[in-house]
Amino acid sequence: MNAAIATASSKAQPHAGEAPPNKGADLRNFAIFAVAILSMPLWLQPLGVAYPAFMQKIAIFGTLAIGFNLLFGLTGYLSFGHAAFLGVGSYAAVWSFKLLSMNAVPALIFGTLFGGLFALAIGFISLRRTGIYFSILTLAFAQMAYNLAYSVLTPITNGETALQVVKDDPRVLDAMFGAVGTSSAPVPNLFGMALTGDAGLIGFYFCALLMIGAFYISMRIFRSPFGMMLRAIKTNQQRMRFTGLNPRPYALAVFVVSGMYAGLAGSMMAVVDPLAGAERMQWTASGEVVLMTILGGSGTLIGPVLGAGAIKYFEVKLVEYNKTKLGEIFSFLPDSISDAVVSVSSLFVGGGWHLTLGLIFMLVVIFLPGGIVQGLGKLTSWVRRRTSSSNSASSKSADASQPAE
Amino acid sequence: MSALLTITDVNKSFGGLKALSEVNLSVEQGSVHAIIGPNGAGKSTLLNVLIGKLIPDTGAVMFDGVSLLGLQPHEINQVGVSRVFQTPEIFGELSLIHNVIISTLASRDGAFNLAFWNRVDEDAEITDKAEELLADVGLLEKKDMISSSLSRGDKRRLELAMCLVQQPKLLLLDEPTAGMSRADTNSTIDLLKRIGEERGITKVIIEHDMHVVFSLAQKITVLAQGTPICEGKPEEIKGDPRVQEAYLGGAHL
Ligand SMILES: Nc1ncnc2c1ncn2[C@@H]1O[C@H](COP(=O)(O)OP(=O)(O)OP(=O)(O)O)[C@@H](O)[C@H]1O
Ligand SMILES: [Mg+2]
Repeated sequence: MNAAIATASSKAQPHAGEAPPNKGADLRNFAIFAVAILSMPLWLQPLGVAYPAFMQKIAIFGTLAIGFNLLFGLTGYLSFGHAAFLGVGSYAAVWSFKLLSMNAVPALIFGTLFGGLFALAIGFISLRRTGIYFSILTLAFAQMAYNLAYSVLTPITNGETALQVVKDDPRVLDAMFGAVGTSSAPVPNLFGMALTGDAGLIGFYFCALLMIGAFYISMRIFRSPFGMMLRAIKTNQQRMRFTGLNPRPYALAVFVVSGMYAGLAGSMMAVVDPLAGAERMQWTASGEVVLMTILGGSGTLIGPVLGAGAIKYFEVKLVEYNKTKLGEIFSFLPDSISDAVVSVSSLFVGGGWHLTLGLIFMLVVIFLPGGIVQGLGKLTSWVRRRTSSSNSASSKSADASQPAE
Repeated sequence: MSALLTITDVNKSFGGLKALSEVNLSVEQGSVHAIIGPNGAGKSTLLNVLIGKLIPDTGAVMFDGVSLLGLQPHEINQVGVSRVFQTPEIFGELSLIHNVIISTLASRDGAFNLAFWNRVDEDAEITDKAEELLADVGLLEKKDMISSSLSRGDKRRLELAMCLVQQPKLLLLDEPTAGMSRADTNSTIDLLKRIGEERGITKVIIEHDMHVVFSLAQKITVLAQGTPICEGKPEEIKGDPRVQEAYLGGAHL
């Protein structure tokens, strides 16, 4: 599976003279991707993370990162404000739950739409600048949105208490179609099928299908004339202009698409847990999706999903550890040494897991600038070389004498 | 014969330096017009004015019935002006074929096109044309290479292919054979001649290599210190004492 995914995104480190994948190869890789995602409940079992809450996170952050990569990976415009679109998507979705219906479909539509509208406004202004100035403008807008959510906009965001679904929200569509009122707050559903609570894996499959759809659209964009122009933006805007192309509307269009992906991810968060808080818009959340994309391999199709998966996996695994657990692990050492080892290593786990993440990120950026995808690519070509050379060696020895077997 | 391009009284200064002063020039439809002159004469600056990279202080530029002044660079390309730069401007991170495909798409689909669903590699009209032009400049076998890894001469030919595939009305060439071997220079001359005859593309060519100038140009303008000092057929220019003096004077400066 890894080999197939690595070839699916061989764009990471383009080898001279290698043609990009054709339609057949793309469809095959897409099928592999879909199967791998949908079978996560099976193959995440041995890793101890095959529970719905974790897998939903992969699908949600995967969607966010896929959209972020369309902007950053293709055009090179580094946005530090994507958390704002995520938050806006969540608020829009929860409002849809409150005012219209607990059905997830309108919530997703509104979340995506509002993510896109916000991106249109912020992108229109931020894209007047490039490079670091663009990044800072997006960061400033996102911080503004975050602060407003806690202050002026509390009637919409409900401030620190977070926006929640309560029992007697109007929900005009549900009322119209006579959905039965329950004693507690209702749960998001898909035309009557509950998506949270006792739903088990249904919520995960719902999110997974959305991410697979998001991945497919991203693939179409990668291979389209539009996607090609986005790469042109990254490479040489000057040449683009003198070739008769206007970079601005292209950059704005992909910024909006990217904002829609973030809005969709935000509304998916609201679907699996119908509440929206402003902390979702904090700059650390914007930074996280940058890390995911670069760690996985920016500008590749699969990279952002791998990066999202890796970071979320490290998060749950490292947060689990605390001093007592570490003490058990290092108990084989003499007491004095074990105490020292435990107190040092405890800095890197639990709440300190960001420190480990930072270290991993630094190592990747220095040694594997193409991210996990580049790593997998190197690994497969190494394995291929090893097997082919050992094959030829064994066939030679078979010619010369009897094989040792 | 009518003029495709008319430049009237164009001036451009950089601070105190007068890079172009009172430039008047007209380029006949279908002709090859060479602009020669010593280093720093203002030749590239003149092309920069034509493609909208620089805005002149005063003057007028009319192309095919429209004024180019005030148009954005991409709009100037869309009305039919393509340029090969003195230092090759290509999409360095992309493959050769993608470089040419991008300019093919630009001339077919316009300055902005939101086609995000169809595959480029299944658009035979575009890919065939792009491959044909790469074959014309002799780069077809390298089509999937990353273009930044090309030699300077090859980058130049790639850029030429990107411009030719657009079938512009006017092609501006800023030293198109600089950095090429004699053999490559000759094949580029042949290519430019052939394309000129087949498609009737008007060309303005800046060149220091007199072999290239005299094999291609029907008319030559000599620029010195921002001003055209003489203009005429190649044989007239060859013997003109003012030209000799401009080049020697340029060397002294
Ligand atoms: N953007 C700019 N800012 C300031 N000065 C400039 C700029 N562009 C050109 N110049 C100056 O204008 C003058 C004309 O330059 P230009 O590049 O047009 O010369 P050229 O005739 O193309 O010379 P060459 O044969 O060396 O290419 C030079 O003195 C140059 O330094
Ligand atoms: Mg020049």
